[in-house]
This record gives sequence, C-alpha cells and structure tokens, in this order.
Amino acid sequence: MTNKADDDVVVVDHLRVVRGGREVLPDLSLTVPRGQVVGLLGPSGGGKSTLMRAVVGVQVIAGGSVTVLGEEAGSPGLRHRVGYLTQAPSVYGDLSVRDNVGYLARIMGVGADAVDRAIETVDLTDHASAKVENLSGGQRSRASLACTLVGDPEVLVLDEPTVGLDPVLRRELWDLFRRLSREGRTVFVSSHVMDEASRCDRLLLLREGRVLSDSTLAELLESTGSSDAEQAFLALIDAADAADGTRGSSAGGGSEPPGGSGGAGGSAGSGGGGAA
Amino acid sequence: MNARITLATAARILRQLRGDHRTVGLMIIVPCVLLGLLAWIYADLPGNVFNRIGPALLGVFPFVVMFIVTSIATLRERTLGTLERLLTTPLGKGDLMLGYALAFGTMAVAQALVATGFAVWVCGLDIAGPIWVLVLIALFDALLGTALGLLASGFARTEFQAVQFMPALVLPQFLLCGLLVPRELLPPALEAVSNVLPLSYAVDAMKDVTALADPLSKVLPSLGFIALWIVGSLALGSLTLRRRTP
Repeated sequence: MTNKADDDVVVVDHLRVVRGGREVLPDLSLTVPRGQVVGLLGPSGGGKSTLMRAVVGVQVIAGGSVTVLGEEAGSPGLRHRVGYLTQAPSVYGDLSVRDNVGYLARIMGVGADAVDRAIETVDLTDHASAKVENLSGGQRSRASLACTLVGDPEVLVLDEPTVGLDPVLRRELWDLFRRLSREGRTVFVSSHVMDEASRCDRLLLLREGRVLSDSTLAELLESTGSSDAEQAFLALIDAADAADGTRGSSAGGGSEPPGGSGGAGGSAGSGGGGAA
Repeated sequence: MNARITLATAARILRQLRGDHRTVGLMIIVPCVLLGLLAWIYADLPGNVFNRIGPALLGVFPFVVMFIVTSIATLRERTLGTLERLLTTPLGKGDLMLGYALAFGTMAVAQALVATGFAVWVCGLDIAGPIWVLVLIALFDALLGTALGLLASGFARTEFQAVQFMPALVLPQFLLCGLLVPRELLPPALEAVSNVLPLSYAVDAMKDVTALADPLSKVLPSLGFIALWIVGSLALGSLTLRRRTP
C-alpha cells in the first residue's frame, strides 16, 4: 500500500477556522509528508498556532477537514501516536521535571527508563529533581518538550519549541528533530525565526491564514532569487500584496479583500489555496 | 477511561498538594479553629447549642473547601494549557474528573478525621453514632464539593469568577441547610427548595450520626441523594470539558 495517503502524514483540506468572529484560516489546504521535518514559518498572528491546534484536534473548525495518519485529527486512535507541544510551556510549576514527565509517561503507558531518556534528550538531567517553577523560561519549555517526547510519538506537532532558547540549545534541538525524522518520525514544527528554515526538509510559509509557499528551501530561494529565507519570504509578501493591489483578492474564498472589488464572496469554495 | 490513567492523575494532584504545605495546613487547621471558635462562643450560654451546630458545620467544611480548591485547580489547568495538552493524550475526561475526585476525597478524609477528633476531644462534642459513618458523610460532602467545583470551573473564565461561584452556589445552600433555622420551620417555598439542595442532606446526615446510636437507616438515604448530585454534576461537568475549544 503506497498510495498518497500513506505518504502524507497530515492532510489539511479546505480548512476554515473562525476565532472570536475573525476568520483566522479562511481556506487552507496543505500536506505534511512522512518522515520529514516540516517547518511552519510566518509572522505571529498568521494562524500557525491555530493550524497546529487543528492538527492535534483541539481546535473547533468551521469547515474542511484535517486528517492525520489516515484518521480524523484528534480521534482516539491518534492519541498515542501524535505528540503535541503547546506554545506556552504546559507543565505543572509545583512539580519537579521528573514528576511532570513521569505523569505523561504513565498516561502514555511507558516506563521509568523512557522518563530518564526524555529528560536527557532535552538536557535537563541535572535539573530533573528541581521544581519547574524554579527553572528559567528556556528550561521550562524544554521540560514541556520532554513531556511531549516521552511517549515516543510517530508524529510530533511542536508549536515554537525553540522560542527563547540560546543558540547552542536551539542547534541541539534542531539536531534532535533531524534525528527523529531520520528514525521515521514526522516533525511538524512552527517558528517565527526565519534562519531556522535551513534546518527543515520542507517549508510552509503561512501569512494571514494563507499558504504563501510550500517547497524546499532551495526551491524557495531559486523561485524568488533570494539569498536567504527571510529575504525570500519578504519577496513573497511583496508579490502577494502587489497581486492583491492590482487584481483584488487572489486567494480563494477570502473574507478580507482590501478594496471589496469583484465577486469573491463568502461561499466560493475555490481551490486556490495551496494546491499540494 | 482507564484505571492506570485515573490513578496517575490522582497521584499527580496529591503530589502537587504535598508540595504546597500552606494549602494543606489551611485545609486541615482552619476547620479546627472555626469549630473551636464556635464552641467558645456558646460556652457560657444555657443549653448545649454547640452540640446542635457543631455536627452541621462538620458537614459544611469539606464541601466548601473542596469546592474552592477544585474549581481553582481545574481553572488553572485550563488557563496554563496543561489541560489542552492532556486532552490530546489517551487521558479521558472521566480520568481527569475521577482523578480530581479521588485526590480531593483523600484530602477530605484526612480533614474530616482531624476536625472530628478536634470537635470530640477538644470541644466536647457528643457523637452517639459510629465515627466511621461521620467520616463517610464527610467524604460524600467533599466529593459533592469537588463535583460542583468541577462544574463551576467550566463556566468560569478567570480565577475571580471561579471564586465568585463560591458565594453564588454555596452560600444559598448554607442558608437553607437547617443550620440557621431548622428546615421544617422555613417558609414553605424555601423548605421546598432546601429539600432538593444536597447540602441539606449532608447536614441532616451529620445531625443523625450525632444524635442516633444506630444512624445508618436514616443516613443512607441522605447519602444516596448526595450521590445523585455528585453523579449529575460530574456528568454535566464532563460536558463542559471539551476537547475542541474555539
């Protein structure tokens, strides 16, 4: 069985999400291939966290579908197989690192050796007995990451795991993500630091709920004629803005065309987004 | 639901409590201080008023304390994001609800043992029935407080709101439970209301265990009524606990 669904671990199809009356994701389609590190990049407020919440099945969606490993996102069969790291460290401050990771380990049904391994992986072995509330911000987010890793999930959905970390630790974590993907795990990781783009197999650039680009870094640089990811991204934004200015909204089904020009009303279920 | 996950959750909550000595101290000592104060207030008055009010208070404490602790603890899980992560794991809603009930039920038993001991040996409260029945009632009271606290936290967006649910949901029950005015002397409409509120039955049961040498036949129906409220609140509470949020 080597059909398309087998190669793509995450399939987002015409996903529409409305939060607080605002259409955060108007009509999003994309895929995450198996065994790769896929970076979700873009400015904050662009819908990255909302998309990640939808992939792990905790986001109320207004339309479309999200499929993970062939099942609907968030379905019970996926809860052993998908690991989620929230953007803010979701650990209990009044417990030690080991107790936090140990709690998740017991939920996932893995043993004490897995706890030690996860703590070692995030380089917190020396602080394993320290209460999380006494740790620095970066240590706290690593403790949270250890909780995500302890069950050894096939798919990792990581919302800004490297934010606030020093360069050495960031490099170590990206090395870890690469290692996990070599072992067959799929890593879907968001960041707003553009120079982390070079560590990803594929890049998804998300802005205002739309996919600006879905390619490898090399392809992106070539198509935009830029020398680094940040430049390429800015070039894409300028191009998109220019297109918006001249021909009205270019992406399908948008609700926020600046000029309110021709017909692209609410219900047009166009497939413009990210034809993957 | 899964026993391993439920027990792991209860153990995690107890471990959090164990690290918080001040909270545990307040949970255990405040009821004793209040009981002592009450006994002292009535010390010089004729008639054994403390013997009438003391048992009722033993029924009120576990309920109030567990309501507050639970509603804030679960709200904290929501706002910190720990709940969001937990709901992407194999943990079931029932595991979380029961985990909280088990952990705080354990605390309530400890609280009831100390408060009862203090009321009997220090304040001179007479208890005709067996002590274990009294502890059992306190446990049901605590579970009721935990269940209603879980329910209330589902409707609170902030800690301020969660705390305000205490007077909103607990004080009316306190006023109508027969502590201030015996329930049969209330205006008929209020008596009818007090007949469906769970705390009334908790206080009735506590009064029975202090007055009767063999109170089980009267206490069990009261406990059954409280159990209905516990199950109903947990069921409603798990409805407010949604995996998907806006």
